Amino acid sequence: MPQLEYSSPSTADDAVRALAAAGGSAKVLAGGTDLLVQLRSGRIRPSVIVDLKRIAGAVGIREEAGAFVIGAATPGAVLGEHAALSKAWPGVVEAANLIGSTQVQGRATLAGNLCNASPAADSVPAMIAAGATCVVVGPKGRREIPVEQVPKGPGETSLAPDEFLLEIRLPPRPPRSADAYLRLIPRTEMDIAVVGAGVSLTLDAEGVITAARVALGAVAPTVILVPEAGAALVGSRLGDQALEKLDAAAKAAARPISDKRGTVDYRTNIAGVLARRAATIAYQRAESRA
Amino acid sequence: MTDVMDRPALRVVGERPIRPDGVDKVTGRAQFGADFNLPGMLVGKIKRSPHAHAKIVSIDTRKAKALAGVKAVVTAADFPDLASEEVEAGEAAGNLRDLSMNCMARDKALYEGHAVAAVAATSAAVADEALALIEVVYEVLPHVIDVEAAMAPDAPVLHEGLFTKGVEPKPTAPSNIAAVNKLGRGDLAEGFAQADVIVEARYTTKAVHQGYIEPHACIAQYGQDGQCLVWCSSQGQFMVRTYCAKILDLEAADIRVIPSEIGGGFGGKTTVYLEPLAIALSRQSGFPVKMVMTRDEVFRATGPTSGAVVEVKLGAKRDGTITAADVVLKYQAGAFPGSPVGAGSMTALACYDIANAAITGYDVVTNSPKVAAYRAPGAPISAFGMESAVDELARKLGMDPIAIREKNGVVSGVKAVYGPTLRDIAYKDTLEAIKSHPHYSIPLGPNQGRGLAAGFWFNIGGESTAAVRINDDGSAVVATGNPDIGGSRASMAMMAAEVLGLPIDQVRPVVADTASIGFSMLTGGSRVTFATGMAVVEAAKKVVEDLKQRAAQMWEVPADKVAWENGAAVCLDPEKPAAKPLSIAAIAARAGRTGGPITAEVGLNAQGAGPGFAVHLCDVEIDPETGHVTVLRYTAAQDVGKAIHPSYVEGQIQGGVAQGVGWALNEEYIFDAEGRMENPGFLDYRVPVASDLPMIDAILVETAPNPRHPFGAKGVGEVPIVPPLAAVANAVRDALGLRLTDLPLSPPRIRAALDARAK
Repeated sequence: MPQLEYSSPSTADDAVRALAAAGGSAKVLAGGTDLLVQLRSGRIRPSVIVDLKRIAGAVGIREEAGAFVIGAATPGAVLGEHAALSKAWPGVVEAANLIGSTQVQGRATLAGNLCNASPAADSVPAMIAAGATCVVVGPKGRREIPVEQVPKGPGETSLAPDEFLLEIRLPPRPPRSADAYLRLIPRTEMDIAVVGAGVSLTLDAEGVITAARVALGAVAPTVILVPEAGAALVGSRLGDQALEKLDAAAKAAARPISDKRGTVDYRTNIAGVLARRAATIAYQRAESRA
Repeated sequence: MTDVMDRPALRVVGERPIRPDGVDKVTGRAQFGADFNLPGMLVGKIKRSPHAHAKIVSIDTRKAKALAGVKAVVTAADFPDLASEEVEAGEAAGNLRDLSMNCMARDKALYEGHAVAAVAATSAAVADEALALIEVVYEVLPHVIDVEAAMAPDAPVLHEGLFTKGVEPKPTAPSNIAAVNKLGRGDLAEGFAQADVIVEARYTTKAVHQGYIEPHACIAQYGQDGQCLVWCSSQGQFMVRTYCAKILDLEAADIRVIPSEIGGGFGGKTTVYLEPLAIALSRQSGFPVKMVMTRDEVFRATGPTSGAVVEVKLGAKRDGTITAADVVLKYQAGAFPGSPVGAGSMTALACYDIANAAITGYDVVTNSPKVAAYRAPGAPISAFGMESAVDELARKLGMDPIAIREKNGVVSGVKAVYGPTLRDIAYKDTLEAIKSHPHYSIPLGPNQGRGLAAGFWFNIGGESTAAVRINDDGSAVVATGNPDIGGSRASMAMMAAEVLGLPIDQVRPVVADTASIGFSMLTGGSRVTFATGMAVVEAAKKVVEDLKQRAAQMWEVPADKVAWENGAAVCLDPEKPAAKPLSIAAIAARAGRTGGPITAEVGLNAQGAGPGFAVHLCDVEIDPETGHVTVLRYTAAQDVGKAIHPSYVEGQIQGGVAQGVGWALNEEYIFDAEGRMENPGFLDYRVPVASDLPMIDAILVETAPNPRHPFGAKGVGEVPIVPPLAAVANAVRDALGLRLTDLPLSPPRIRAALDARAK
């Protein structure tokens, strides 16, 4: 008869020990909104569940020299209620708050969304566009890596079995910067992205884009950063030409599959549409910041 | 039956009291199918076929039976091999042998998810392990799911013994076409010869599920004396009893079915899946067995409604008179015969008075779950084709969509294409209600469109029992045998309160088990408020007569000197001027001395259900870049006879529209190349969520009360799902300037159509 052990360490080191002891058969629990569903469906059969919520700093948001540090088990609802975070990173917060439903928002986390490694994860394109990094803890200590280095393929991350993600860091924000995230779903909520697009921009005093990052979801085995799409915007005021170049770059980067949620053609086209629309929203937000 | 209708005013009927089951439902106290538990209960689970079509070579259950904690394992060998026999159960009619083989595959698995064995064990984990230990050897066969592919001469044959009914000469080779039915009148060739304008198109719909939130669930307890108790969620406890008795060869008297609260059915709970298996497992193990489906099982193994092809050809004169209609309907039945193509055929042209018409319906078996009833079974599909075609015809003629329907619409006294003469109908008033609604003239913006469609549903009556009992304090109980899926407890209590003259909060409605009330056909066909309502009114009237008798005794006057007014007996005898009116409470307090308990039970077979007509108006806005459709406005007018509880009639209309919009826009069964369902969950089987819908404005047309019902009620629950598919599709056509004929109108499909036009 299969047994399931529950562990709730109070330090990161204890968590690493618990993971190491399980020899690859452990699962990390943050909000659990993916984990518990997978457990119930029988898709995963871990021997141990290591709950992060009792580790100091795992739940909550702190500001460090203009950066935001978000604990791995911080629920989406807490992000949405954090005024300073929502002002600095509206795109990351709106992406996180699109996950699931109001009830799910009470638990679902950025770190969990990232480590679930779905190519359609809503918060991940926004975090990648934002240039977010994450702090990974393991037996050899801590390392900080860009968010885009975490997912390796559907359901697969670059983390070792005895490593876990402790926190996510959003970098300090230059003035006149803003981000946005959009996704296409057939419904209006409680759905999964057919395509997602995150855009983060910085403008100079004249409204010229000086930095741009664009990331796309659900058009490749992982969420992808599209440097060509960002480059298409830099130096422009987001005129029609820049938007056309962005659209083309996003479409060129997309390498989706046809499945029950959409066709290759559809997803490719929508990648361009959403990149344009998200860029437009991000630009308006950045412009409105004096 | 005219005495009640002649009352000058109604006190309760037509009001909007709080539903008697409301508090339980919003507080979570209501007991649904999975909420019952018994001491010593085992967990029952089902082993299902992973193949869409396969011969079952062998099933070895020995390892599963040997596992500690496993108390019973059953396969088809534990059920009698029944003869082919049609069972009459109203909308749930079916073939007994097919029903048994749908519950448990015999020789062949006919769809992915088809049950091949079941276990009962001491825990869910043990049951899962036991399922994995059951060894089934399959010989996988080619499968066919698409309806037209299944009709092809070289298609894999599901049933070697199935020969098409309704064709002459009788076929000599088996076929997946179970039956061909034809309806019609006049001379089609002559009708098209008279036409100035002809439209012709082929429309398709996908299989869709009812999407009830509560999965199927039951507990069965088989006693040492052969007496069996079943608690379950269904649309008819008597249906469950009959089917279980037949499938297991038990006496009906030995099975008592106790209905739980029902968390949605929409027709999908008019048959059995779990109950016969739970009884068989309980019989073998000696313990109560509980079975609860997962959502995955609900999608893979219970009945959706048909995916279909609808071909419509219409001819009309320049003035809009439709001279001919030729309709061909091809409906998936799933694994066994019995698609709703018959009802689809009969309703297809029921809104129109057309002289020359032909409807041909094909009932086609496919390697997908056997279809079950779904709200106005068959009608939304044929209406999608017909109402889309009428929209195209109106465009070609330059006519307003209401004008063409007024020109050809049925009125009382007209003989419908499907046979009967329609009486006491208000179809044209329903059209008028939409025409005069502000929605019809609101200007549309860019990328917006407006669509109109009509719909018809028969509604049925049938056998029902109701009991009205007066309590010792003068309050009353109304017991019926119909699970409440649409607010019927409220309407039963209201009709009884109206006749008795009691306040509504002194009448408690209950849904009784099969041993506690007389037979009632299941809740379906929009029959309960009509038919069971008639039984309630008859029982309440009997109680009133009894109360008058008791009052006469108390006053010592002849019974004909007592009248019933405002819930009290009034003495009409001039020799008793001091006799004050006697309330029900006063009479009930003395019941012991005037003849004992005051109670009446009435069983009847209600005839004369009035058909329902609906006219829906829908506005959409389309995002031309993404293909996403937003429903901006929706107005639904319906010929309801008389609304007993208007809020719940409006609720029925809004619910039917919501389901119809889902059918039109996003819902569909998606199968992979092996015939396995790819979207067996609410993430990828997309029913609309609340934010997908505007406020749906429901207009109750009460200009033609049903004279066969004491308060004029017609069935209201089904016709609201008939027009939405076409109303949405016609609105999309209006917005795009392009007709899409294949449902669902999902964003990828709309974008692809726009891209194709741009090329």
